[in-house]
Amino acid sequence: MNNTLLLEVKELSKVFPGTRALNRVSLEVRKGEVHGLCGENGAGKSTLMNIVGGVIPATEGIMKFDGKIFEPRKPKDSQDAGIGFVHQELCLCPHLSAAENIFIGRLPSKGDKIDFKKLYEDADAVLKTLDANFSSKTLVSNLTVSEQQLVEIAKSVSLNCKLLILDEPTSSLTDKETAKLFQVVKDLKNKGISTLFISHRMKEVFEICDRVTVLKDGAYVGCMNVCEITHEDVIKAMVGRDLGELYPDKSSKIEEDNYIIKVENLSGNGFDNVSFTLKKGEILGFAGLVGAGRSEVMRGLCAIDPIKRGDIYLNGEKQKFKRYRNAVKKGICYLTEDRKNSGLFLHMSIAKNISSANLEAVSKRGWIKKNREYSLSDKYVKALSIKIPGLSYPISNLSGGNQQKCLIGKWLSTNPKVIIMDEPTRGIDVGAKREIHNLLRSLSEQGVGVIIVSSELPEIIGVADRIAVMHEGKLAGFLQGEQVSEESIMKLASGANLS
Amino acid sequence: MKSKVKGILKKIFSQREVTVFLIIVLVVAITSIIQPKFLNSNNMRSIALSVSVDGLFAIGLTLALILGGIELSVGSVAAMTCVITGYLALQGVNIWVACIASVASGLVVGIFNGFMISKIGLPPFIVTLGMENLARGMAYIITTGSPLSVSGYLPQSFRYFATGSIFGVPVLFIIFMLISAIAFIFMKYSKTCRNIYYVGSNENAARLSGINVDRVKIGVYVTIALISTLAGILSLARFNVATPELSKGAETTAISAAVIGGTSMTGGSGGVLGTVMGIFLLKIVNSALVMMNVSVYWQEFVQGAILVLAVTIDYLSHRKSGRPSFIMKFFGLDKLAAKADAKSAK
Repeated sequence: MNNTLLLEVKELSKVFPGTRALNRVSLEVRKGEVHGLCGENGAGKSTLMNIVGGVIPATEGIMKFDGKIFEPRKPKDSQDAGIGFVHQELCLCPHLSAAENIFIGRLPSKGDKIDFKKLYEDADAVLKTLDANFSSKTLVSNLTVSEQQLVEIAKSVSLNCKLLILDEPTSSLTDKETAKLFQVVKDLKNKGISTLFISHRMKEVFEICDRVTVLKDGAYVGCMNVCEITHEDVIKAMVGRDLGELYPDKSSKIEEDNYIIKVENLSGNGFDNVSFTLKKGEILGFAGLVGAGRSEVMRGLCAIDPIKRGDIYLNGEKQKFKRYRNAVKKGICYLTEDRKNSGLFLHMSIAKNISSANLEAVSKRGWIKKNREYSLSDKYVKALSIKIPGLSYPISNLSGGNQQKCLIGKWLSTNPKVIIMDEPTRGIDVGAKREIHNLLRSLSEQGVGVIIVSSELPEIIGVADRIAVMHEGKLAGFLQGEQVSEESIMKLASGANLS
Repeated sequence: MKSKVKGILKKIFSQREVTVFLIIVLVVAITSIIQPKFLNSNNMRSIALSVSVDGLFAIGLTLALILGGIELSVGSVAAMTCVITGYLALQGVNIWVACIASVASGLVVGIFNGFMISKIGLPPFIVTLGMENLARGMAYIITTGSPLSVSGYLPQSFRYFATGSIFGVPVLFIIFMLISAIAFIFMKYSKTCRNIYYVGSNENAARLSGINVDRVKIGVYVTIALISTLAGILSLARFNVATPELSKGAETTAISAAVIGGTSMTGGSGGVLGTVMGIFLLKIVNSALVMMNVSVYWQEFVQGAILVLAVTIDYLSHRKSGRPSFIMKFFGLDKLAAKADAKSAK
């Protein structure tokens, strides 16, 4: 590795209407280097990459690539310059073969006739350099995600790229596949191809990267040599404060024998024999790997999905919910993990979003009273200090954190006894995350039952008073107080004590 | 203060209803200058009549589009119910009993559509396309393909609904306006109909808000089928003949009217007022073409042009939020608003 710069980004800014997504950000990638790019959600990683990849233009700032001024206006410009961009969501044509995807837009042909023989030969040759063990004739839809990723990388390599951008490449890979991917990155590095590796998994960054650049809230924090620093240094730079003060205090007044919710032997699609209690004054966390059945239990509890058997007691009273509406009426509500696809009415106004779960409260004899609807919404916008341009504006104008607060307001308007939040802070910036955590704590102190489901271990450790860990549809155990640590949760979540 | 003016102006001109209304005014003004006969009562009457039946279909389509679906069987359901009513009348059945029978058949159609779309989960396009053929086929089967003349079999009291007039205004048109008003008020202010917008905007979110999505869908498709039935019965009263060819292709005009009026094809937004404006625009332009001695073969062509133009303008003006809408620019109102803004800043 030498110290010649391949990509140089200087003082780059990007302004979207109303927000400054990037503020004088710098980034330097050397030739033959694997460079990490870290930052929280909303730190500006994707914006920066989209500018480098020519997807969106920068507002101001200079970029140099391979010694030349670089001003991509469209993705093709970046591609021609030698930048290969593998997006997190792969963009391949699933019904075409790997070879056709690799050489899309430049299929070898004789006259107008596609030269399939040459196509497959060339594609196989590229795939071989990446150590792929599938034929280039395979349809992309028949490949695994990691193999599809290889197809994307092969496409970039065959375009003679000098810089490969991998955006969160390991998010849907198994450990084994990740190791294989890293081998490919190392091989490319030996051939002099640089990689820009975007991830927030510290372990991986430290395993593969030479240097790491950290962004926070759209600004450049620093660039560090990986061999000189620890995980904590990077996290501190990303978060900008010590982790200790991130979460609200734990509950001091849990009423041990006062159960808000008691669930016995709940079974349904994806979970089996789940029993737990939620005590007054505590926040109960549900941890586990993706697919362990946490959300399914919650949806079953709320009667969003049918259950096979099991008993649910709310404040000591046995409940039989026929449909979700009945559960809501009794005071149980569920906030989805997938805000965009199943939480928001994206193009409808903020007021209409907030009132959507409780039209009864804003209507009289079946007619909606607009002033009631607005005063109800206004009440929660003020109470939760949601930043909005106006109640009649579409909710799509708001940031993720404010959208989530609107959804919380929507459910608070139904006067819930129990709030179940699935991934309460997914896709939300650090500041708003903290506000939501504090809000959950104060709700719990007011006597509302709070259950959170989260895949972020620090969040669940920081927020919940007691943690239920699930493994493959079964409760693997409860943890509280001193027992709680990332290791103890992962041990239960991986099923170590069940087998 | 001035920026409040800007806000109000912007709000008014960002409403599609206003845009379409201005275009209608423009078309009427130009045509009546070229051909003063355009404004006489006979022509007004014929426009009112032509708006009425197609307007009912357009209201039905508006509901379907806001729900995030589509309904292609409106015209053929009208034909089927028209034929059923006519056939029964010919058999000597009391006309009102015949009407009840055809309403029942409309109900069956609506429940079938709604059930297949919500409970079974088939795409509305396919289900209603199938129903378009089923209902039209039923009309052909009953009539064995040729129109049934029912003249002499229909009492005056029945025919009055489509041929009578009150103070010179056709009763048929009054019925249409009444239905429009009811639909407008319900869609805008009622709790039940708000759920149509929620489901159309995001079905999953609606379900997770405790809304009974299936019931909303079935309700909408039943309502549409009943509106189509009304159109079928009124057509029988108007023409005194039950033809299986009734309202062929009516769904495309209806979709055009709804879309011109600002209803989105992707669901969740739009309204009845815009659709009513849309159908008026289409019918007035048709009539203007006739008045100016343009061959009737141009009608469809012009209708297509209006549709594409309306959608293009809409797309351009909403492509980037924060920019003044196209129509504001057209009238120079954006500069006015900018000036007012600058002054109020001082």
